[in-house]
Amino acid sequence: MSRGGRVVNVVIAGLGGQGVLTASDILAGAAFRAGLDVKKAEVHGMSQRGGSVTSDVRFGPEVLSPMVPAGEADFLLVLEPSEVAGNRPALAPGGLLVPPDAVAVGALPNRRSLNVALLGVLAARLDLPEACWLDALREALPARLLGVNEKAFRIGRETAR
Amino acid sequence: MDRRLLSGDEAVAAAARDAGVHLATGYPGTPSTEILEALEALGGPARWAPNEKVALEVGLGAAFGGARALVTMKHVGLNVAADPLFTAAYTGVTGGLVIVSADDPGMASSQNEQDSRRYAIAAGLPCLVPSDSQEAYDLALEAFALSERAALPVILRMTTRVCHSKSIVDLRPAPPPPAPPAFVRDIPGRVMIPAFARPAHRRLRAKLAGLEAEAGRPPFLVRREGGPALGVIADGVAARHVREAAPGAALLEPKLVHPLPLEALRAFAASVERCVVVEEGDPVIADACRAAGIPVARTPGQFRFGELTVARVRRLLAGDETPEAEPPRGQPPRLCDACPYHPVYATLRKLDCIVAGDIGCYSLGVLPPYHAMDTLVAMGASLGVGLGLRHVLPEGEARRVVSLIGDSTFAHSGLSGLVEMVYNPPASGHVLLVLDNGTTAMTGQQEHPATGRTLDHRATGRLSIEGVARALGVPNVDVVDPVEDPAGFEALLVDRLGRRELSVIVTRRACILAAADIRRWEEAAGAACAAAPAPGGEAA
Repeated sequence: MSRGGRVVNVVIAGLGGQGVLTASDILAGAAFRAGLDVKKAEVHGMSQRGGSVTSDVRFGPEVLSPMVPAGEADFLLVLEPSEVAGNRPALAPGGLLVPPDAVAVGALPNRRSLNVALLGVLAARLDLPEACWLDALREALPARLLGVNEKAFRIGRETAR
Repeated sequence: MDRRLLSGDEAVAAAARDAGVHLATGYPGTPSTEILEALEALGGPARWAPNEKVALEVGLGAAFGGARALVTMKHVGLNVAADPLFTAAYTGVTGGLVIVSADDPGMASSQNEQDSRRYAIAAGLPCLVPSDSQEAYDLALEAFALSERAALPVILRMTTRVCHSKSIVDLRPAPPPPAPPAFVRDIPGRVMIPAFARPAHRRLRAKLAGLEAEAGRPPFLVRREGGPALGVIADGVAARHVREAAPGAALLEPKLVHPLPLEALRAFAASVERCVVVEEGDPVIADACRAAGIPVARTPGQFRFGELTVARVRRLLAGDETPEAEPPRGQPPRLCDACPYHPVYATLRKLDCIVAGDIGCYSLGVLPPYHAMDTLVAMGASLGVGLGLRHVLPEGEARRVVSLIGDSTFAHSGLSGLVEMVYNPPASGHVLLVLDNGTTAMTGQQEHPATGRTLDHRATGRLSIEGVARALGVPNVDVVDPVEDPAGFEALLVDRLGRRELSVIVTRRACILAAADIRRWEEAAGAACAAAPAPGGEAA
């Protein structure tokens, strides 16, 4: 990992229906395929009713608690502008915020792929192998949405470079 | 090695499949719902019951018949199932019976944060508590074996973080399949008349005493060595937080929290300078230690509220009693924009009804702009609470009282309330509104008896809500579509509130999130019916 042998903490935030949980499934799946220990936590009881949704993904040699401690997130991905302020305290000093406008939505084949595009931005900062990301995308998404999301992922990653 | 990234719920489902479970049933409830859905996806025998009491009774019957049975519910569901639970501890079981009760510390999606471990103690049942998905899998498999060894139902207590967190699970090669079900008569063992129940209670206590030695050994008790200054006793996900918050501490993790291995706990406490219990929910282990004279440190009372986190565990271990910052709550959920309940709430608000509400998405009607719910207590309570208000309020107020219940909740526990309405009608009459959106919307659109489809969406017998109301003798029973004709709904409600009679109004319109799926399932069910021979057709 780019951060040595320690655990990488990622928090993904947004509103119900924006794909927060799909994004965290893909990230956790990519880290799992890379042979790392992974834990992913979320509270999704009311996630279909438009409320705030956050999901924590942690990966590294050994992950203990499934939740990212407040102020210890290395990366904070936010899908909704109004959710940035409330989730900023999750970030560690020096941690990276990936806001919703990190990728130009107009450049995406479908604006609903913003979640995957922001994962592309994150992927540029992590050492997870390309094949692990692509397998995780395939596992998490229905076949008919795969092409659009693979493209969104590449756009996000190129934006970050 | 078959290695997967699974949620705790999915891990329990995988264990049930690998244990060769013969029957799995339950009622949807966050965070337990996905267990049966995942089991069905694995090809397992999963079904929804109308409520948790029925589910447990069906599971118990299966276990009496020598089968392995899984029964799932959220913590408040165990209240509904408590009546058979306590006496099932006396009868015991033949086949393994595992009862999953999923607690919700912090109340992410619940009306209280009760602690299921208390039920295990009160009923006298073994209780296993996993800390992550691997343990959920291992302990669920172990629970079937333990249930058969001890001849007792076993409670698997999960929590929101364990149910809904994903972590890596190594699946084991499937053990040999359990023996096929068969009936062996045992009248004194299963007929709990007082003469048979008295010795049954003694048998139960002897079984539990016999488990204490096992409780003190792996896999039910795990010890991690650490420095002598601090020793922590922790169960469930709290133990994971402890390892991160205090990596140098000695840690004792009881996975079997009832019966507790008190002598092992005593020895552990004696081996460290300071011993602290860290547990989510009630101070169950801490109280048991104190009652046994095991010296554990007092911890600040604030940590029994809500979920624990690594940060909170650090503060707890430091004895930090300063007020904690409220976690950010973000934007609250709300009724979907196209929810068919909007016109119903607008009307209730306009008519200034006193609304005895119930449990489901429609509880979101209490939020702005409607504020259209005055009570919410328990599944099915809208009937009784509404009737109680009608009985005592002055006539002018009584006539504004409406009971409001969803279709799944009605099937769960509204039926007996409806019987009460007919049996003890208030002088002012009463109005029951059944918001029938054709699904258990709140928990993620599960089937229930009034949809007429099974867990896997196949056609089965259907409970007719209006049919039941008519059969019970309710004089005014109407079915309306509140979206199609909001004015007609309002006129009807005004008329029914004006009568000194009993009325049931079913507002029927599919949940906007489920409507497309419901159409698809209905078409599939219709095609299956058309392809099947008509009832009795073969004999004719």
